[in-house]
Amino acid sequence: MTRAVITHGPRPDERDIVPDIDMSTWLAGLELPSPVMTASGCAGYGRELDQFFDIASIGAVVTKSIMLNPRSGRPTPRMAETPSGMLNSIGLQGPGVDTFVERDLEWLRQRGARAVVSIAGGSVDEYTRIASKLRHVSDIAAIEVNISCPNVENRGLVFACDAGAAADVVHAVRRNTNPGIPVLAKLSPDVTDIVTIAKSVVDAGADGLSMINTLLGMVIDPDTMRPSLAGVTGGLSGPAIRPVAVRCVYQVHAAMPDVPIVGMGGIRTGIDALEFVLAGASAVSVGTVIFNDPGAPARITRELAVALAERGFDSFTDAVGFAHRDPSVPASGGPVATHAGDAVADRDDELDAGVEG
Amino acid sequence: MTVQGKSGAIQVTGEVLGLRRAGEYHVLTLTAPGIAELTRPGHFVALAVGGPESSMLLRRAFSIYSVQSRGVYGGTLEIVFATHGKGTEFLSRLHRHDTIDIVGPLGRPFALPKEPVSCVLVAGGYGSAPMFSLADALRARGCRVDVVLGASTESKLFGVLDAKRIAASLTITTDDGTIGEKGRVTDVLPAVMDRVEAEVIYACGPMPMLRNVAKIAVERGAYSQCAVEEAMACGIGVCMSCVLPVIGDDGVTRMLRSCVDGPVFRGDRVRWDDVGTIPEGTLGAPVSGGH
Repeated sequence: MTRAVITHGPRPDERDIVPDIDMSTWLAGLELPSPVMTASGCAGYGRELDQFFDIASIGAVVTKSIMLNPRSGRPTPRMAETPSGMLNSIGLQGPGVDTFVERDLEWLRQRGARAVVSIAGGSVDEYTRIASKLRHVSDIAAIEVNISCPNVENRGLVFACDAGAAADVVHAVRRNTNPGIPVLAKLSPDVTDIVTIAKSVVDAGADGLSMINTLLGMVIDPDTMRPSLAGVTGGLSGPAIRPVAVRCVYQVHAAMPDVPIVGMGGIRTGIDALEFVLAGASAVSVGTVIFNDPGAPARITRELAVALAERGFDSFTDAVGFAHRDPSVPASGGPVATHAGDAVADRDDELDAGVEG
Repeated sequence: MTVQGKSGAIQVTGEVLGLRRAGEYHVLTLTAPGIAELTRPGHFVALAVGGPESSMLLRRAFSIYSVQSRGVYGGTLEIVFATHGKGTEFLSRLHRHDTIDIVGPLGRPFALPKEPVSCVLVAGGYGSAPMFSLADALRARGCRVDVVLGASTESKLFGVLDAKRIAASLTITTDDGTIGEKGRVTDVLPAVMDRVEAEVIYACGPMPMLRNVAKIAVERGAYSQCAVEEAMACGIGVCMSCVLPVIGDDGVTRMLRSCVDGPVFRGDRVRWDDVGTIPEGTLGAPVSGGH
């Protein structure tokens, strides 16, 4: 095993050369050439972002959650900026599953992009009907079941906040979906114990988990002295929530190391993505950062490859769950444990790139 | 009318060439290689604020005041802004040679008439920013251009000299009467329209102004093109923040994105009184209550 030399100098995103690392990954039988995907609700259906990078080059486009029928979403204002994050109350605006399949999914297919289709519903029956409609649609890489959107009619009824309700939805989707397509359950961090919910949906047939959805939050406008969002509350996303998300991925991976996890929540750089991978994510989704940097999915993919190479990894999958390994036992297929100290030094150097190590 | 084809937006690192005051506003000049060349009147740009480690993630959208596609610095563009938050305060502190991430050109530009008709351009505050390149384009087509500018007070007018240079006539209104006629642009618009036999109205400014401009245009059988100022998070069509209810060719109201379906809309198609709501009958509207 060779150890990469940690180099000092330009930040990863300024490097022209992407290291030769095997970035392919597996999600419950689905092979992806890259572990970086978009996060649902932050990339539309992929078309707009294709102006800024090759949409077919990333791991997958996770489409904005689609419902059975067209949906107008909530009134405006729908968005408020918060420190290192934002609050949204979009309310799942979308064209409905039929138009989505004919127009948006078809565009992704023709474009050669992998599509992870996110679905949302107000009842188990609605999820069932959407899953049934998608059953015979080809070229779906996976289905992500959004059971955790906080912007639903009855905010007290977020499926992912109740182990039984979450399991009911996932079971219905799994039973009505093409058995060859992985079903991922997207979980909410707004629960007492996310491991309990995770186990429940896995028992109900989820092939993998997407973590995390937004946290329910609120902003009050000091000028109007009223809630900033028309929907009063909204979902908090962005780097502000990243430590919460990393914690969720770490806890669930510790409890169920064989269940693939798509990690998300505030990823802004390749180093951020690496945190999720070390915590146990087999893939990552980038969301809110896209609003700041529409080229982010491609940039983060490059940065993650550089970050892995700098830490001596030959392939992406070797890094999955690395943070769980006993630091006193040298690992096979990955860098030696003492390397962790170098990694910390590297982050310090980023703060002061002029210092020679 | 012809609508310019939607051309792809690009993301570039711009360099600050200058920042100057104009009344209560700032005019920022940036290099924007590749964007300036594609810009049509009514397009906008979305700027990242606060630098690469910024805690402000949302892009700030600005209509484009002027572009220069050739010159010492290659393509350059100018935007106008007022400081009213942390993002614009950041912009007001930029220095020459600072860099800033720019995405553009964005949105659907103003549609231009095929015939050399009489056009009135109406703007409130720094909503006038996109009007001068528009006036140039209209005059190049042989259109008569008359301008109405309004603001709460004289220092909040933008582009008075530009307007004098370019317009067959300029009418100014201020709420406090510090310059021009005391009142609103919509107080003087009907008379201006009648005097010049206007067939097309172009407008940019706050929603209440646009609503009244559109209403006046409809009453006089004129066509109106209104550029809206909606809060946006991304500017490129993926966040769904900037929607407003617009009636389509099929008569159905949809919640359209200001950033990609606008910012320029036909004034008679926007349901101005319902902005900020999901009007009954909108495609996908809740049957009762809200989402």
